[in-house]
Amino acid sequence: MRRALHLRAIAPYALLLPGLLWLVLFYVYPAFQMFLTSLWTGNIDAGYVQTWNWAIYPEAIGEYWPWLARSIVYGGLATILAFALGFPLAYAIAFRGGAYKNILLFLVIAPFFTSFLLRTISWKIILADDGLFLGPIKDLGLLPDEFRLLATPAAVIAGITYNFLPFMALPLYVALERIDKRLIEAAQDLYAGAWRPQGTIVGLVIGGVLGLVVGAVMDYGPLTIGIPGAVVGALVGTFLISQAFIRVTLPLALPGIFAGSLLTFIPAVGDFINAELLGSPRSLMIGNVIQARYLEVTDYPTASALSFILMLAILIGLFIYARLLGTEELTGASV
Amino acid sequence: MTASATPVVVARRAPAARLGRLIDRWLLPIYVVGVTAYLILPVAVMILFSFNDPTGRSNLTWRDFSIDAWLNPLGRPGLAAAVRNSLVIASLSTLIATALGTMIGLALSRYAFRGRSATNVLIFLPMATPEIVLGASLLTMFVATVQLPLPEGLLFPLNIRTVLIAHIMFNISFVVVTVKARLANFPHHLEEAAMDLGANEWTTFWKVTFPLILPGVIAAALLAFSLSIDDYVITAFTSGQTETFPLFIYGSQLRGIPVQVNVIGTMIFVSAVLLVVLTTLWQRRVAVRDYTGARA
Repeated sequence: MRRALHLRAIAPYALLLPGLLWLVLFYVYPAFQMFLTSLWTGNIDAGYVQTWNWAIYPEAIGEYWPWLARSIVYGGLATILAFALGFPLAYAIAFRGGAYKNILLFLVIAPFFTSFLLRTISWKIILADDGLFLGPIKDLGLLPDEFRLLATPAAVIAGITYNFLPFMALPLYVALERIDKRLIEAAQDLYAGAWRPQGTIVGLVIGGVLGLVVGAVMDYGPLTIGIPGAVVGALVGTFLISQAFIRVTLPLALPGIFAGSLLTFIPAVGDFINAELLGSPRSLMIGNVIQARYLEVTDYPTASALSFILMLAILIGLFIYARLLGTEELTGASV
Repeated sequence: MTASATPVVVARRAPAARLGRLIDRWLLPIYVVGVTAYLILPVAVMILFSFNDPTGRSNLTWRDFSIDAWLNPLGRPGLAAAVRNSLVIASLSTLIATALGTMIGLALSRYAFRGRSATNVLIFLPMATPEIVLGASLLTMFVATVQLPLPEGLLFPLNIRTVLIAHIMFNISFVVVTVKARLANFPHHLEEAAMDLGANEWTTFWKVTFPLILPGVIAAALLAFSLSIDDYVITAFTSGQTETFPLFIYGSQLRGIPVQVNVIGTMIFVSAVLLVVLTTLWQRRVAVRDYTGARA
């Protein structure tokens, strides 16, 4: 009896030990080493010395803040666009999927079975100046010949949105699927009808502001996207959004929204493949700088400092979030 | 759903209700088809271009239909070695990460212990860190171990072993999360029944617990394998001279991608789809068998 009790007490630790040891040795310790390396001075040929050169941090931020800012803007926009695309998709699969539910879910994750690089290269083929997408439009004379998508911020943001859309759609689907449909019916029975005029106004403002930002970042001029954005937003707000949706569905979907936005935003901010393959030198992100500093210039201190700043910024945001939701929920919601 | 509204309301809001039906019946399905097409389009292009016969070195514009590349899928210098490395790394990292991660998943879902929330945080952190940071920190660590008294080639210079270490690391968390999700509604009374019937903990685990969690473990292993075989970013930082399939793609995209890359990509895609379909069918069959067995 005593032996059994003893076993039960150490069993969880015995199960945890090898895996957690691996994570401590190859996740926690490397992160710490990266911090130490950022305070090195020297170069790859002469060797490095630990000089605690704290000045590297203000220097790195001073020199590379445009890339940091661009990463946050691109990552943020891609997250918002993935939400705008993914929410109706997840909603349709969860509430109207019927017999097609499993096939649709399978199609959503199917891109994961193909190499991330090959998919991005495929976009390069599709978006090429006379490619599958722009070629026919230009032949019809709908766009000028010199119009291009490749090597623009638009292509980078679209590429990131594409790559991380399933990370957004799946947690949203999980959250929406769990909602007790009777709650929504009850709300409708209790006259939670169309959400007007608030819906029109909110839709107009959100669509307009988002359009302005997208237009400005993607170099198409704020108003070219801003005005259509406002119109679409107002239409969606007027005709598609009900009070039952605002008061019942949306609050219940919040865990999925949080999980999906984290799972999209974090890899999006650190991504450099899309910027490298679909962008131009003017649309490079912080990931490109880190990659080049490490692997091409072997300037380990600066690269480590930038990488550490990126990690710290994300972890601080995450810590605030974990405090709000509780860690158990955080890891659970990401399934 | 609309049946619950009273006829009076329907009559008063007839245009709105009709609009609602229109959206329900047409707009939403069209939207779903559109977005799934958008998701699948690049995959389709990859498959299509595996049948291309490019004149130049780059496989970026469509010329002619050809199955040359399919007849000789490894016919590029370095490609066979890269694919072999990828398969070795993916298999080994899946095996080890699945074992380690399943153990953690079991511990988290069936024991109350001190340090539980710290464990959860430690599991979550690698998934919440951008890949580039994971790769970069491993690289700095491997480089810094030069000063430690370790056997040459264990952690530095970078080689297939360091890639393996990295892949196991990022796979563990995904395995834990997947296995834990499967253990959430675990029927504990079956284990208690086995123990009451005289089975010890070891027998109970292998005869009752393990068969029940096996679908979750397989799902986790499939996920780990696909993450590993596709990984470019972390591998680029930890590979040194070792080449894997994603590294080969990246290296050749600067010079022009050979058609063979699309062929291998298509093979990986098709095998992954087949694997998922087969495991789903198998699980369904097991479920049917268990269900009818329970009724008999």
